[in-house]
Amino acid sequence: MLEIIYKNQRYYHHKDPQKPHHSHNDGGGSVSGKNTDTSLLGEANAKTKEIKIVRKVLDVNDTIAQQNRELFREKGVFVINVMSSPGSGKTAILVKTLSHITPKIRCAVIVGDVCTSNDADRLAGFGAPVVQVNTDAFGGDCHLAAHVIKTAANNFNLDEIDLLIVENIGNLVCPAEFDMGENLRIVVLSVTEGEDKPLKYPLMFRVCDAALLNKIDLLPHLDYDREAAVQNILKVNPQMPVFEISAKTQEGFDTWIEWLRQKIHG
Amino acid sequence: MHEMGIVMQIIKIAVASIPDDLKNAQIKKVNLKVGKLSAVVPESLHFCFQIAAQDTPLSDAELNIEEIPLKVRCKDCNVEWIAYEPVFLCRKCNGKSVEMLTGRELDITSIEVVDKDN
Repeated sequence: MLEIIYKNQRYYHHKDPQKPHHSHNDGGGSVSGKNTDTSLLGEANAKTKEIKIVRKVLDVNDTIAQQNRELFREKGVFVINVMSSPGSGKTAILVKTLSHITPKIRCAVIVGDVCTSNDADRLAGFGAPVVQVNTDAFGGDCHLAAHVIKTAANNFNLDEIDLLIVENIGNLVCPAEFDMGENLRIVVLSVTEGEDKPLKYPLMFRVCDAALLNKIDLLPHLDYDREAAVQNILKVNPQMPVFEISAKTQEGFDTWIEWLRQKIHG
Repeated sequence: MHEMGIVMQIIKIAVASIPDDLKNAQIKKVNLKVGKLSAVVPESLHFCFQIAAQDTPLSDAELNIEEIPLKVRCKDCNVEWIAYEPVFLCRKCNGKSVEMLTGRELDITSIEVVDKDN
């Protein structure tokens, strides 16, 4: 889906009528006559050339993401990318989700954090191999990129995995921009966060395929407008399924797990 | 938040795009398109570019960013509009199938070089 959006939006400079064009003619003619850049006036034998590029800045990431996608498809591995702000309950949700679906669905987990292996430790022991990725080693400390997933996936025997769950870095901004080759994107919002988060971080809610509204067991203690939160999600992504859940009490998990199973089995 | 990484990538692409016969040329400008719904902040890109471009062929280059509006279209009734809020419900028929036409760009479109040798 995202690929299609990107492709449709490739911008070609030559079609933009608003942009003044610089000379592309670099051969022959009067040197001074070709120079349209006033900052260069007075510089003898100098002229400005515009060299077309038209490349997505993230195309290296997108290329690797596509390679990942092909590898995962070939190996029959379904991949989900779980994203949220820090502290919304991603790890707790995954722990409970794993307990519902393993061992029937053979799972593996890649968990990203800036530092520590605490989340990996929490996720271990559910019959699914876990790889912790700490991002401070490669300078991009706010998201997991495609090359990271490619390397991390080498730790698993993909022939023995049905579902690869990626728990992204807690961040509602950057991870939305980086395709990893996943099949599904899930965003988690918890009721201890503002109801307007979907409007504040629209790209995340736009690129995801489903939303989990977590910690609903806390609702009796909060002045949280649950309906407003759901409506804000649906403003940004009107057709997105929203599952209201509690990782603590497992309320709402039946519906979420059933939906996930259907997606995995396609 | 990841603008420095984005800027490093921009510099890499720009440097790799200098033709062989212009290796001594000075890059004056890097033209970039940034969509309104991309997860980068133009001000941060400018700030990071100033730092990251030092000691590269882009050290004197200007980063020229054109912001692209969020343009959307309703697939049900075909109406198109520029969205100033991230609301993807059709303003005409209230339809739920609204697609993005522009606004996700993060594209480097060209570099402008001063060729002193020719």
